[in-house]
Amino acid sequence: MQLDILMIEDEPNIAEAVRFILSREGWQVGLHPDGAGGIEAIRAARPRLVILDLMLPNRSGAEILAELRAADDSTLASTPVLMLTARGQAGEAASGADAMLTKPFDNADLRAQVRRMLA
Amino acid sequence: MSAGPHTLTGTRIRERRMALSRRQADLARAVGISPAYLNLIEHNRRPVSTELVERLAAELEVPADELAEGREEVRIAALREAAVHPAGAGSVPELDQVAEFLARFPGWAALLIAHARRAGALERQLVDLSDRMTQDPYMLTTLHEVLSAVTAVRSTAAILVEEDEIAPEWRQRFHANLHQDSQRLSLTAQALVAYLDSFEAEGNAATPQEEVEAWLAQGGDAPADLSSDAARDMAAQVQADLLADRQALPDRALLEAIPLAGTPPDPVLMAARLDLPLDLVLRRLADLRPAGFEGAGLLICDGSGALLLRRAAQGFALPRPGDSCALWPLFQALAAPQSTLERAVALPDGRLFRTLSHATRSQPRGLAGPVLSRATMLVVPADGPAPADTLSIGPACRICPRNGCPARREPSILVPQLPVRPARGL
Repeated sequence: MQLDILMIEDEPNIAEAVRFILSREGWQVGLHPDGAGGIEAIRAARPRLVILDLMLPNRSGAEILAELRAADDSTLASTPVLMLTARGQAGEAASGADAMLTKPFDNADLRAQVRRMLA
Repeated sequence: MSAGPHTLTGTRIRERRMALSRRQADLARAVGISPAYLNLIEHNRRPVSTELVERLAAELEVPADELAEGREEVRIAALREAAVHPAGAGSVPELDQVAEFLARFPGWAALLIAHARRAGALERQLVDLSDRMTQDPYMLTTLHEVLSAVTAVRSTAAILVEEDEIAPEWRQRFHANLHQDSQRLSLTAQALVAYLDSFEAEGNAATPQEEVEAWLAQGGDAPADLSSDAARDMAAQVQADLLADRQALPDRALLEAIPLAGTPPDPVLMAARLDLPLDLVLRRLADLRPAGFEGAGLLICDGSGALLLRRAAQGFALPRPGDSCALWPLFQALAAPQSTLERAVALPDGRLFRTLSHATRSQPRGLAGPVLSRATMLVVPADGPAPADTLSIGPACRICPRNGCPARREPSILVPQLPVRPARGL
């Protein structure tokens, strides 16, 4: 089954909470726990939405986003991305994302944002 | 080493000794040299090393730079520094009358110098604190930890409070997560508070990098005594790197290779005979400082020129972290990786050093990954006349008195400079 959402997040408890919240809305949510292999995970899952943490080990969210946008496959390259950032760190690094959410976030805001992006 | 730049040092030592009514033999014994040798020094017939100046200065109860450079020169330089400070913008100090001002109003001059030094120290402390808040990797990592834990706690707690009909196993799991994150948050917060407390420690204006450099210069023992977690982490990494190097090239193998490598010993030949990378040999020579490499120091930079490791050679005073001289052969080596550049260099005070610089390139992520460069420069204090091709370098533009330097980025605070004309390029 195709994933609705792939979340790339190295903090397991954040990932677990987000998956729980979004799964309750009926979306299929997959997780990838590291910056390394992030772009390969997106290629393999081809989700409708990527939730991407900016500060990841081994490869930053900004690097993964840049690789995604540079993909030869135009459908893949245009995958919507919701970037999770700390206040003040987003700047240019996250400028290619479709939306941003600042940590710590409200679960209702997360749900509403994802709903808008998957509509 | 040439005695030229230190011609007056001996005279100052003699004057100060006589002002204290100390006998030459007593002073010589106190600093661990023979009276005959001190006599030669006092008559400017022998050069005097930085280390010996420091011992003499301690015995003679004067700052070492006053002995080495002369009280007048030090004060005039300090007044010039105060005169060009940005706080004085709008005023036009009579720089050509600095010496006269000092002679006529020594008390006012001393007061001005003291205020300027105090202001400088406070400014440096402010910059250091600002750097720590915005660039310190330890601070950024710790704040990221706090933010991650807070995010997890907030989302998990909201699930438990707001969501209906949570299965018992999920409820139990989220409770466990909350417990785990709250523990992590409290530990990280304690570490952060301890780190912030270290900012206020008296005399702790140094950055973690400066603190680690000072620790390394003193022998690199007991990193637990360092004042901040960041410095302790950096020191632990330095110790681990040194240990790995020592295992890869033990002392005995290094010492046995030196006599077979010519005079002065050629590290490139040593690396070839040992069948080991040259940068490892250079690091070990700076670590062990064997015969032929006494007082050696080491500088390592990455492809951007940022200095990753700074271990001062004896007599080679390093500028503040982030500062450097573009003429250091270290940076030239980056343009010619895998070859070795040997160059004699001279500091503005005339001190000579033999340098060997070697750059490497690597692709740790394979063919598709970025090419990373790294250069290593071994710096060895040198004696004797300067070779004809000696390269005149400085510590950093702001504290370098060389006029007309093609690599100058900004004016010097030490002497009036010709207008800076940046080299034109594409």
